[in-house]
Amino acid sequence: MRIPGASVLLLAVVAASIGLSEHVVRPKERPGRIVVSYWEKWTGFEGEAMREVVDEFNRSQDRIWVDYLSISAVNTKTLMAAAAGIPPDLAGIWDTDVAPFADANAVLVLDELCSEAGIRQEDYIPVYWDICEYRGQIFALPTTPASTALHWNRRLFREAGLDPDVPPKTLEELFAMGEKITQRGSDGKLKVAGFFPAEPGWWNWGWGYVFGGKLWDGGGNVTANLPENIRAFEWVRSFSEKYGSSDLHTFRSGFGNFSSPQNAFMSEKVAMVLQGVWMANFIERNNPKLDWSAAPFPHPADRPDLANLTFAGLDVLVIPRGAKRPREAFEFVRFVQSQKGMELLCLGQKKHTPLMKVSDEFLRKHPNPHIRLFIDLAKGKNAVSAPQVGIWTEFNSEMTNAFDEVYLMKKTPKEALGHVQARMQPKLERYQQALRQREAAR
Amino acid sequence: MTVRRKETLAGLLFAAPWILGFSVFLAYPLAASVYYSFTDYSVLREPVFIGAQNYSDLMRDELFWKTLENTLVFALLALPASLVVSVGIALLLNSRVKGMAFYRTAVYIPSLVPMIALAMIWLWMFNGERGLVNELLGGVGIKAPNWIGDPSWSKPALALIALWGIGNAVVIYLAGLQDVPQSLYESAELDGATPWKKTRFVTLPMISPVIQFNLIMGIIAALQIFAVPYVMFPNGSPARSTYFYTMYLFDNAFRYQKMGYACAMGWILFLLIFALTMIALRATEKRVHYGGV
Repeated sequence: MRIPGASVLLLAVVAASIGLSEHVVRPKERPGRIVVSYWEKWTGFEGEAMREVVDEFNRSQDRIWVDYLSISAVNTKTLMAAAAGIPPDLAGIWDTDVAPFADANAVLVLDELCSEAGIRQEDYIPVYWDICEYRGQIFALPTTPASTALHWNRRLFREAGLDPDVPPKTLEELFAMGEKITQRGSDGKLKVAGFFPAEPGWWNWGWGYVFGGKLWDGGGNVTANLPENIRAFEWVRSFSEKYGSSDLHTFRSGFGNFSSPQNAFMSEKVAMVLQGVWMANFIERNNPKLDWSAAPFPHPADRPDLANLTFAGLDVLVIPRGAKRPREAFEFVRFVQSQKGMELLCLGQKKHTPLMKVSDEFLRKHPNPHIRLFIDLAKGKNAVSAPQVGIWTEFNSEMTNAFDEVYLMKKTPKEALGHVQARMQPKLERYQQALRQREAAR
Repeated sequence: MTVRRKETLAGLLFAAPWILGFSVFLAYPLAASVYYSFTDYSVLREPVFIGAQNYSDLMRDELFWKTLENTLVFALLALPASLVVSVGIALLLNSRVKGMAFYRTAVYIPSLVPMIALAMIWLWMFNGERGLVNELLGGVGIKAPNWIGDPSWSKPALALIALWGIGNAVVIYLAGLQDVPQSLYESAELDGATPWKKTRFVTLPMISPVIQFNLIMGIIAALQIFAVPYVMFPNGSPARSTYFYTMYLFDNAFRYQKMGYACAMGWILFLLIFALTMIALRATEKRVHYGGV
């Protein structure tokens, strides 16, 4: 048989490229080290901050090597990998994943490892520890936290004849100041807005908490249509009534991505927004000339007890069930939980730290001039996090839709929230019943 | 071993890679998903058989009906529009004009744009405040809607975006058009047919099998719409006007960990597409002419 030269060449090229790709893709052997695979959600400067921590850890000892991989949709992929029996040893997921992952038996309980390592509840800001603890057990440990505050544009305040040093204290003041700041063009279109609840739209589920409501009673009841929640959505609707829901919507559609210079606040189109501790960093990058400040988000005038409310969010580390090297993975977790590791990470990501103790150096070096405000808000009694319930993703999607319907004036707050209530209550019951049955079977 | 058996064996051996791939990657998942659709399955735990409960739950799930309605409305908007436009463009591209290769390429190129890039571009094109579409409409004195923010305009916007990808259909129509025998046009001309009559009574009947094929492929594609709205409209916003069937299916499977429920949705969609394809075949049966028969 005659083999043409071209075929041989082709085969050689194919074989070589397979070999080469293997070489590129396969994790490097680390002789003498136990390799821990770690999947994390971050990219960009946030990813780099964690990479620095990983490098620091890898340098600090010679037994374990953390192999850090930035991965999109890390929660879903971790879940699927765990189902296939090949999860990473460590995964960085979101706060709202803790309950469903724990319910699905997808992550390890960390109580024992924590007590061995001396990781104690009292070292953490309570709201962040509570996110990690679920039904009395620890399923996760913090990476970077974030609290929120009102950010306001001092230039727009001055232009509207307002004192740029005095932010609104109550929601009533917020509304009134917003009216003064709002400008319309000659064509009647909104040019500048004071404040409106759909921007940035990340806490649309949470406005009820601002009015003293909540969405879940911690047990078997969804509480979406509490009077406080309805009052909150009436407040949301008051903006559509005042400015016209389609005008607001059109106005909003002109903004770009959050992290772009076309962001509503950074492009000075909206004078007041609810934003997180990270905002200062994005302002610095996109519009360093912006004259801004931050203060606690306003409260209803008749509820002074709700002052200093903040939405506390947290990124967490979990060890997926089926991880091959859980103890070694926890060694790294422990390193991240140390004050040194944590401050390196949180400073790199320009957030605050979830630990009670903060070094002076951290505060001094932090680029956010209001870093103390965000720490104090997180430590305060009105720090709110998303309900720790396994059906939250679906619940949140319903709340987002209800917000849309109220905001677009398609439904009254009572109808929209009544609808969420009627839809989610049976879902919660079914979910909890299935959970109980599975636990009884175990 | 007889020659026949030898040949059978050899044939099977040659087909073995395909048979293996087909069974592992297609037949097994298909069969498994039928089973899972009758279970409560969160992927991480063993599936628990619950009979037809997923199906009966779906019948009572208003969001199931809402997403189905959204999907059918979109299909009703997008299908006729793309059918008419793509046949029209194909007819134009079939005429003898200088530089035709350029026009044909220009029509086909947009369908090469990746879905995600397409979605991002159209997000800006349809921007209610500064979008190119509204700038153009405003230029001729039309007060254009907020395409992306207004629940009653979001689906028409998607239907317009669907026109962007008709290049594939146009190519198929063109192939059909070039197959129409010249002799038919010549005899029509002898009988004094106008250009319109030639199109109506010669061209369209002759390419009717191609139209039928594109119609059916269009039904299937429209009912499976996913990537573009998923990128353009998070959570099916505004007010779930763009929350389509496959998006709800995806959310159930991968965000709510209800894989059994999602499998049931998948099979209902399959049956629906199957039924609609059958109806389309029946309805067009009498109007489709096969030149060769």
